[in-house]
Amino acid sequence: MTDVAERSETKPPVPIRACANVCEAAGCMSLDAEKVLEAIRQRIDERGLDDVAVKRVGCLRLCAAGPLVELPESGQLFESVDPSSPESIDRVVDALAGAQTGRATAEDPFFARQVRIVLANSGVVDPEEIDDYIAHGGYKALTQAVTTMRPYEVLEEVVHSGLRGRGGAGYPTGLKWRTVAKSISPDEKKYVICNADEGDPGAFMDRSVLESVPQQVLEGMAIAGYAVGASHGYIYVRAEYPLAVKRLRLAIRQAERANLLGTNIADTAFSFEIDIRIGAGAFVCGEETALIASVEGRRGTPRPRPPFPAQSGLWERPTLINNVETLASIPAILRNGATWYRAIGTPKSAGTKVFALAGRVVNTGLIEVPMGVSLRDIVYDIGGGIIGGAEFKAVQTGGPSGGCIPAADLDMSVDYESLAQAGSIMGSGGMIVMDETSCMVDVAKYFMDFCRDESCGKCIPCRVGTVQLYGLLDKITRGEAELEDLTTLESLADMVKSTSLCGLGQSAPNPIFSTLRYFRDEYVAHIQDRTCPAGVCEMTSAVSS
Amino acid sequence: MSTAVTAEATTDDKKWKMIDARIRRRGNSPDALIEVLHAVQEAFGYLEPDVLEYVGDALGVPPSRVYGVATFYSLFMLKPQGEHTVIVCTGTACYINHAAALLGRIHDRLDIKPGETSADGNVSLLNARCLGACSMAPAVVVDGSVQGRVTTDGIDVILEGLKS
Repeated sequence: MTDVAERSETKPPVPIRACANVCEAAGCMSLDAEKVLEAIRQRIDERGLDDVAVKRVGCLRLCAAGPLVELPESGQLFESVDPSSPESIDRVVDALAGAQTGRATAEDPFFARQVRIVLANSGVVDPEEIDDYIAHGGYKALTQAVTTMRPYEVLEEVVHSGLRGRGGAGYPTGLKWRTVAKSISPDEKKYVICNADEGDPGAFMDRSVLESVPQQVLEGMAIAGYAVGASHGYIYVRAEYPLAVKRLRLAIRQAERANLLGTNIADTAFSFEIDIRIGAGAFVCGEETALIASVEGRRGTPRPRPPFPAQSGLWERPTLINNVETLASIPAILRNGATWYRAIGTPKSAGTKVFALAGRVVNTGLIEVPMGVSLRDIVYDIGGGIIGGAEFKAVQTGGPSGGCIPAADLDMSVDYESLAQAGSIMGSGGMIVMDETSCMVDVAKYFMDFCRDESCGKCIPCRVGTVQLYGLLDKITRGEAELEDLTTLESLADMVKSTSLCGLGQSAPNPIFSTLRYFRDEYVAHIQDRTCPAGVCEMTSAVSS
Repeated sequence: MSTAVTAEATTDDKKWKMIDARIRRRGNSPDALIEVLHAVQEAFGYLEPDVLEYVGDALGVPPSRVYGVATFYSLFMLKPQGEHTVIVCTGTACYINHAAALLGRIHDRLDIKPGETSADGNVSLLNARCLGACSMAPAVVVDGSVQGRVTTDGIDVILEGLKS
């Protein structure tokens, strides 16, 4: 609260008419967004404008065109703002003064087609100021929950919302909460863990959420703690996300000072504290039991389930593990009610999903869409189509555990069931668009290389199987394979899938299955014709000729 | 301990104090192992065998487990790193946008592969599984600062810049 007082002292008491929101998420930060903010502030001063402001915000989503500045009052977006160019800065300041010099966002399909719940405050609030989050409705859900609702009422609200885990598997969040709430702990201790170990290559949703609305994740965790009866939470976050870690640390400190975390939250009997645990670069730690091992300071190797973490997890106590996006959805669900949330999306997949759109698509960036939207809408409408107008070939979802969806299925609905039916998975939200320059056998090899490297080595099917699968794929891409190798590939992939200990091994063959299903002709071309249709793979025979 | 310790005793003292403080703050608890190893690496740039032993003693963790953890996680370095660090992201978006060509150019110029350090000890090359900078693919991190949409010519500029 003191911050607000200080700010109003330095600013004249004129109501702010327009504000320039400067994106300071990692993408724009690396393109000198901080200098952009400073340049705009300086120019505002020079021109003596006293009824406009400039502030730092989280991700403005159109990452392809950073650094980004948005004027929410007049719905204008400025792309690739150059802090060293006076003209570029003046265009923004002119708009602050009333001109229309930016890209109008209201009609732009990239923005207009999105429905924002998780990202509602991303690009709106200052991620480093808790007061700004509170001013935008933040912590209302938590205070309402702890002061007016019983834990089971909160829990039932989440059950009725139909929210499913956004980490990939889509397990109903409410049911998970219920199991933890019902589980008995020998010393009454239970834990909430936020899984922020976003390991899928090509996925950056959780990073953006943590960098943009860290308080929202903390609020979701505290609500979860209240509902399941936990008083301690951990955020397990990747070391590769230093800005997210920094903002989380700051957010926790600010929330504790505001009595929204720590002991006796909002002067009630409920206490909840949150600690951060930083990963050290192991993909397998995204798996629940491996993550728990890592929080306990051990090698991140998974263990067989049951017992499920909900019954016996961290320090052998009932532990709720939810993904960043799942937890960030909670405050809005409590504020607006389960019925409101359930009405968004499809009957079986309620709500919205955040995707990181990347690859060979024009509008790379962060998008939030209602479940049930078609892939075509995402790629062509929101994504703006393929770079250079090239031919769409496939979209890869679910990272190394997912699959590739071909052009013929572009009209399918994006929800948990449809994606699974198409041989892929929802996954955490990475969506990589590929054009004709990608060889699908090479893509399968790329993911198998990833899995063999990240396999923890505990169980044999995964440790040895992924290496063998990689070897076979490598042989095919070098043009040295025979058709019978394809049979071996398929039976081995089946074996790894059905006998591996954890999700990493069980899903590692998925990219092979889906590329074989839709792009078998490419495999055959590599084997029979010794050619790579996409011109990616260097054939041994081609090299020697 | 090592030559580094004797040569820069004063700064190293400070580093040790920082590490000890971190160990104390977590009450010498064995589950602080990963956090303490992060602190050690931050201070010294890599994890020396002597330091691993020290940390194990302080936390009551057997050397086998300390070594097991240090080698399990790919971010922990057991060898000293070069003056500069170049990380090439090989996440899916960067792979689709030809990150392999960037690694190829670095190999052509410095004769190093990911995980290696140039013969003159100037540049260490690493690859990252995904930096989450997919919208700027292919991405390269040069001494901690992320650069997006790097081309093979851009690699030349980066490596030239690291020479001086």
